[in-house]
Formats: sequence, C-alpha cells, structure tokens
Amino acid sequence: MHALIGTLINGIALGMAYALIAVGYSMVFGILRLINFAHGAMYAFGAYMVYFFVSLKLGLLPAIMLSILMSGILALLIDKVALEPLRKKKSIPIATLITTVGMSFIIQNFLSIEYIFTSEKKGFPSLNLFGSFTVGNVTIQSSQLIMFVVALILLAILTLLVNKTKIGLAMRATEQNVKAANLMGINVNFIISFTFFLGGATAAIAGALISGYYQVISPTMGSLIGLKAFSAAVVGGIGILYGSVVGGLVVGVAECLAAQYLGSNVRDPMAFVILIIILIIKPTGLFGKKGISKV
Amino acid sequence: MLKIDNLNVFYGPIHALKGISLEVNEGEIVTLIGSNGAGKSTTLSAITGLVKASSGTITFNGKNITNLPPYKIVKMGISLSPEGREVFPALTVEENLTLGAYTRNNHNDIREIFERVYNLFPRLRERIKQAAGTLSGGEQQMLAIGRALMSKPKLLLLDEPSMGLAPNLVLLIFDLIESISKQGTTILLIEQNANMALSIADRAYVLETGRIAFSGDAASLADDPRIRKAYLGG
Repeated sequence: MHALIGTLINGIALGMAYALIAVGYSMVFGILRLINFAHGAMYAFGAYMVYFFVSLKLGLLPAIMLSILMSGILALLIDKVALEPLRKKKSIPIATLITTVGMSFIIQNFLSIEYIFTSEKKGFPSLNLFGSFTVGNVTIQSSQLIMFVVALILLAILTLLVNKTKIGLAMRATEQNVKAANLMGINVNFIISFTFFLGGATAAIAGALISGYYQVISPTMGSLIGLKAFSAAVVGGIGILYGSVVGGLVVGVAECLAAQYLGSNVRDPMAFVILIIILIIKPTGLFGKKGISKV
Repeated sequence: MLKIDNLNVFYGPIHALKGISLEVNEGEIVTLIGSNGAGKSTTLSAITGLVKASSGTITFNGKNITNLPPYKIVKMGISLSPEGREVFPALTVEENLTLGAYTRNNHNDIREIFERVYNLFPRLRERIKQAAGTLSGGEQQMLAIGRALMSKPKLLLLDEPSMGLAPNLVLLIFDLIESISKQGTTILLIEQNANMALSIADRAYVLETGRIAFSGDAASLADDPRIRKAYLGG
C-alpha cells in the first residue's frame, strides 16, 4: 500500500512539472494555432543555463532566475527572428511548424558544442534541499515537494494572469480574433512576444525542477519530455490551461504507476498510450471545445 | 478631421482602391455607399491600418497616419465597428466592452464610458455576464458599436451596422447612430442600405469599383436620378 502511495506522490510531483511544460505548448497554440516544437529544447536550454550559471558560482537561486530570463528572451527571439517574418509573409502553417522543429535541433546542437557543454551527460545540482521526510510509511523527498509546490504556485499565477489581468484579457482576445484584437488597440505582436516569453520562462523553471530531481542533464533531454508534455496538453484539450494541468497529472501518474507495476521500460510509452485512448473517446481532449464557435 | 488623398490599395494583383480621395469634417456624419466589392470596407481597413496602402496618404487631425499599425491609430482616436460585428464570442459582454477601452487607463474615465454605453444600449446592461457568442444578431451589433465607443473615439467608423437585422432593429440602430453623433462623435458610415444612410448623413460619397463616382451633400445625392436608379431602387 505504501508503495502505491509513494508512486502516486512521485507521479503527482512529476505530473505538475509536466503541466508546467504543457501550458507552454497550450499558450502558444492558443494564440497562434501553432505547435511550437522548439519548446522541449527550451526546457533543456533552461536546465543548461542553470547548470552554466551554477558553474560560475552564482548560487542556485540566482542561477535559476537568470536562466528563466535567458530562456524567456530566447523564446521571444526565436519568434521574432524565425516565426514573425513567416507570419508577415502569410506563409503556409506547415512552414512555421517545420521551422520550430529546426529551431529545436539548433538549440540542441548548441547545447552539445565542444568546449562549452559537450554532448556528455552532466551532473545537475540536487533540489533535494531539505533531505527527505517520512509520513506514516511513505518517504517524500523534498525535491518532489519543491517540484509540486513551485509548479502549483506558478500555474496558479499563470491562471490569474490570463483570467484576471488586462494583459491576460488581451491574450484571450487575441486567441479568439486577431483582427478584432487589433481594432481594440491591442499591440498583437507584443502579446505574441509576451506569450513566447512566458512559454520559455515556464519551460526553464520546469527544466530546473525536473533536473534538480533527477540530478542529470543532457542536450537531448528535452525531446522525449517535450513530446510527453505536448501529449499532456492534447490529452487535456490544447489551448485550455487547466486542461494542460490535468493532462500533465494524468500523464505523470500513469507513467509512474506503469513503471512501478509493469516494469520501467513501459514508462516512456505511457503518455502516448493515454493520448491515443483519450483521443479515441474524446477527439478534442478532456476539456477541449469543438473548433472555434463562429459568430 | 480625416482626409484621404489619392489612396491606392492592392490585394495581391487586385487593385481594390484606385486613387480615392475623401474628407470627413468634425461633427459630421459622412456615408460611403456603393455595391458589394466597390471598396467600402477596404477604405475603412486602410484607415484603421488593417490593410496597407500602396500609395496615397491618410491624415487625421493634421497627422499622417498612413500605414501606422492599428493599435497606434486606435490610440489617436479612431475606432471601427467592423462588418460582421467580430465580437469575441467566448468573452462576456463586459469583457468585450473592457477590451474596447484597452487604450484607456483612467478608471473613473472608463467607468463613465461604461455608463454612457449602457445608457445608449440598455440591452447590453442586462447581458453583462453573458458570453457575446450567445447574443442575438441585433445585440451583437449593439455590442460591436458599444465596444467601438469604449475608446472614446473622435472618429467612429461603422461598417454595415444594419446588415442582417430586422427592419425595426435597423431603425433603432440608425436612431442610436444619430444620438451618438449628437453627443459629439464624428461618424463615417458604410451602408448597403443607402436610403437609410443618406437620410441621416450630412454628406455622402458613392464608390464604384474602387473609384469615387459621386459625392456631395446627402440630400441632393438622394434626389439625384442616377443615384436613385442605381442605389435607391428607382
């Protein structure tokens, strides 16, 4: 029984971190109807920046802060340099999509450059800052608790930002009708940049949390986890923030249960097994709405 | 107030506006009439910066606003209630109106404009928390006009406000346009319902395939036999 509870706790903590990555896919998709395949690489980039700044002896917390800033700016720059010109030229959506795939490989390769990072795996500072503690028969590591609490707080802040602030209202307006958003006096390009910044920043935080839990990073660490989080976003209904949170939790818990009871090599496919099952039952995902209601 | 000089707009190879010039003076209701595809909506899109002009100038209160981004033009005091209403369907009436005041920062100011819009359209006050997508066509039209008023525009552009509405609602909307004008907002109105438009306008321009074919004060255009034949049903 306590093994089950331990597995559930592990799954929920990981699931919240997945949710943090998933909302990045969801927000960008909501505004641009674009799957940002560079998002997984942003997650890796965020972890590497923490590693880099820690190696400069800046201390863990300042390193994480700097990484958040750098990753947000990188995401924003990717949009400005490679995606915005395509939108301006009204290029086909698939061109933007393959550009984000290309960007993810460029970032990944940057992270394996010799003399700076190399392609070797690296040790990452542990986020198990307060050791572990035992409740009943169940042992909880403080890195799990930190992962859960930080992700929960950030997701709450994001939800408030989108639903209660002026810039959030502008984001929702841009999601629904770009032309009308322009007519309201909203600087739509700024809203898009802001959304990319948020996506990059949250990916970096997730990168720090998950790497601090596993204590290892590698240049390709973002590709599988990026796809899992993308699945989580689709499972929850892409474009819907709380859907991404539920999707992340479902994927996190399912893969931990699978690893515990079916063997560790069943772990990674679980996200996609769940994706397929949910989409067969409900094609728009758990909370997704059908299309955009036309007025 | 608004002066358009020799404006040309292309959609790819299509020459949509072929050198039009027009003027709207402060306090006027000016209407732009013409058949489908004559370039009426394109004119408004160019004024608001939604489409780029390839040549020509648009000046507003002496400032050149040609090809500025839309958000800057809204800030300068021009606001458009677009064709087909374009309300935000999943947002509430209140959120739609709040977005209309996006360029405004003074809270008291915004509250005052809310009051003014709710007084003009009491129906909207009853539907404050309702999603805009669930409103009837007439209510959505009121919302679109109300939303455009929320930025306190000096110049209000109205694109087909009577489209798809029942005759009694058309009368109501035109009454409201007149009272908005009396409250001191200058109006440039696009209409297929040329009879109604000419009846409330001071001056009018008639667009034909991207060119201005006639212009003059509304009353004399309404009496012009050529216009009666082409646009007013004989």
